[in-house]
Amino acid sequence: MDTAFSNEDLKFQSEIRDFIKTNYPQELRDSINSKRKLGKELSREDLTAWHKILGKHNGWSAPSWPKQYGGAEFTPTQKYIFEQECAKAECQYIMPFGINMVGPVIYTFGNEEQKAQHLPGILSGEVFWCQGYSEPGSGSDLASLKTSAVKEGDHYIVNGQKTWTTMAQYADWIFCLVRTNPDAEKPQQGISFLLIDMKTPGVTVRPIKLMDGSHEVNETWFDNVRVPVENLIGQENMGWTYAKFLLAHERSGIAGVARSKKAIERIKQIASSEMSYGEPLIQDPAFKAKIAAAELELSALEYTELRTLAKDSAGKGPGPESSLLKIKGTDIQQAVTELAMEAVGYYANPHLGTTLSNEYVGPDYATNLSGTYFNFRKASIYGGSNEIQRNIIAKMVLGL
Amino acid sequence: MNFDYTEEQTLLDNMVTSFVRDNYDWDTRCNIVKSEEGWKEENWKQFAELGLLGVPFDEAYGGLGGKSADLMIVMEQFGKGLVVEPYLPTVILAGGLISKLGSEEQKNSIIPEIISGKIRCAFAYAEPQSRFDLNDVKTSAVLNGDDYVLNGFKSVVFGAGMASHLIISARTEGEQRSESGITLFIVDTKSEGLTLQNYPTIDEYRASEVIIENLKVSKDNVLGKVNMAYDAIEEIVDISTIAACSEAVGILQVLKDSTTEYCKNRKQFGQSIAKNQVIQHRLVDMMIEYEQAKSILYMAVTADLTNSDERRKAVSAAKARIGKAIKFVGESAIQLHGGMGVVDEYMVSHYFKRATMIGVLFGNTDYHMKRYMTLTQSGISSSDEAISVSVT
Repeated sequence: MDTAFSNEDLKFQSEIRDFIKTNYPQELRDSINSKRKLGKELSREDLTAWHKILGKHNGWSAPSWPKQYGGAEFTPTQKYIFEQECAKAECQYIMPFGINMVGPVIYTFGNEEQKAQHLPGILSGEVFWCQGYSEPGSGSDLASLKTSAVKEGDHYIVNGQKTWTTMAQYADWIFCLVRTNPDAEKPQQGISFLLIDMKTPGVTVRPIKLMDGSHEVNETWFDNVRVPVENLIGQENMGWTYAKFLLAHERSGIAGVARSKKAIERIKQIASSEMSYGEPLIQDPAFKAKIAAAELELSALEYTELRTLAKDSAGKGPGPESSLLKIKGTDIQQAVTELAMEAVGYYANPHLGTTLSNEYVGPDYATNLSGTYFNFRKASIYGGSNEIQRNIIAKMVLGL
Repeated sequence: MNFDYTEEQTLLDNMVTSFVRDNYDWDTRCNIVKSEEGWKEENWKQFAELGLLGVPFDEAYGGLGGKSADLMIVMEQFGKGLVVEPYLPTVILAGGLISKLGSEEQKNSIIPEIISGKIRCAFAYAEPQSRFDLNDVKTSAVLNGDDYVLNGFKSVVFGAGMASHLIISARTEGEQRSESGITLFIVDTKSEGLTLQNYPTIDEYRASEVIIENLKVSKDNVLGKVNMAYDAIEEIVDISTIAACSEAVGILQVLKDSTTEYCKNRKQFGQSIAKNQVIQHRLVDMMIEYEQAKSILYMAVTADLTNSDERRKAVSAAKARIGKAIKFVGESAIQLHGGMGVVDEYMVSHYFKRATMIGVLFGNTDYHMKRYMTLTQSGISSSDEAISVSVT
């Protein structure tokens, strides 16, 4: 048992630290902070600026990608360090749809033309991707999806509706699961994996507003959209295999440990300023106990993640532990967003950044904390709800 | 970074595993705990032969020079077998104090005897009013010529009835709750002035109430410096707490695995009860709690235990979190076993009882939560730094 970083790891850590210090733009930090506080939508530039900077530096925008595709090919320990440092410095996170999701599918199952066409834009952050998986009738039961793709000459004609398409409003491309064989014996067997240019005629994006008023997700409609057959990944009707690969691929960081740690630190700062019974809230036994409980859970989760990473780096292969990391990671994220909201008392109330009021009220640190709490109810639902994750563990780990 | 055992640790793990497999089947264990003595001398001899009794001791005294990770391996396997022999009281608790504080002479005379299995020791620290506070010591020791005279009462001393020697904490100076003024004494359990009231515990271990009346102890049998024992007591109890947590993690694994198996096999309404999603999710949550318990144990074992603040924080974090896991996994195991869970005859209740009593040992969940909070409460804590330090 050895949890010590090697000298190379420590050198790597300070290299990352220095790079962030020198290269993370202050304007970006300011722009994002001021919008976050007012609950305002981040622009495409806000979401991709840091990605673009990392993309120009040894493939750091793609920590897991192999070097031959331009990635950084970090070791699991390096990935862990990289995430820690980015979270500590509160860097904008990299949108996962290109780098973590479709990228690995393309370099694993795509052909040479597809790799040449798509990988450079994903790596550099110039091309913005979104994910077309869920449909109104297909949430947890993803394989029941109905969006159809019918081959007509050298095109697929796509019809149907995707939903929860995160940041589709900025996307250049969408990767979609579509039904190419409606008569397959099992629903999983008739699904294909298609890449679709969002500018194709017939693609329509409509915003869905979440309960905090934010616009992150959309409905995406396909009305006789003509997609060239060369945009099919791998083989027709094999899409489910690629989809599953994609879901299991990126485990590092799924638990969000580093960011939750940062969030707890922030809550302690807030609770040191807020007063209750004439004393700083941080001294309140009930509040203090909740912070401590979150810290213990996070400390345990950090070591669960490290154990998983260590297993990965020993080449023991990924397992369904990612479900455990997802369940516990999102539990903690939700607990932490709740504590932050709780810490500011009455100032959880103001809803700023709407058309009705555009001015700050209350302490600077209090703005939009309730919005974040309400927003984060999504975490235990998306990416396979936490109930579905339990089903996966029950089947894959416990053999039930 | 890896969590694999070294070659030596793998050997140790295999050795303890086979001991438990070969010598601790359920019927054998039942006979041991029902016996007058409550432990089996033959097993102790085997521990000695296998070198287990020397794991944490310095090589200079014939030990193996093991660390918390090695003790974790032993205790985890002992947990899986519910091994009742007094390894924790003798080797880790009393042995730890002697290693930490003993004079060369004391170490040379006692440690080899422990390692060879000739003697067993126990540590009498708790008192009826002290609860988990190690500093709350009323038992008094007054110097009279070359002897100290001790008077007082020690509660729930694990393994005292099997011990040839007791280490007793007594107040030589200061107020009842003062950290300074506590002194340790090593005494023969047969000494005049010492009365042991032995009894079984609910989880089938053995403990004693120790009544101390005008017990004369020579100055030579003071362990460490007079008045200065507190820091060492706290440290060794912390190390022992990690060992207890390791035992608990072994038990939780058995509870989780055996309950999963039971649910697969138990049929109701014409099918295995494990086909019910409500059962499946409960089993998954048991597994998650077990993994989280194991993870925070690893955190504590790999923390820098030589730094006292780091050690306190890591130990209390682990004990508090594992205490929570014990309650959830233990109670769930009983619940999912249904009627089989509540009977004495079936194994699961015994694992549950032991785990629950480990929850109390050296301070329960609330006690360690409070200690953890006290260590980290000053606004922006160093917890962030602490965690990264323990990884680096």
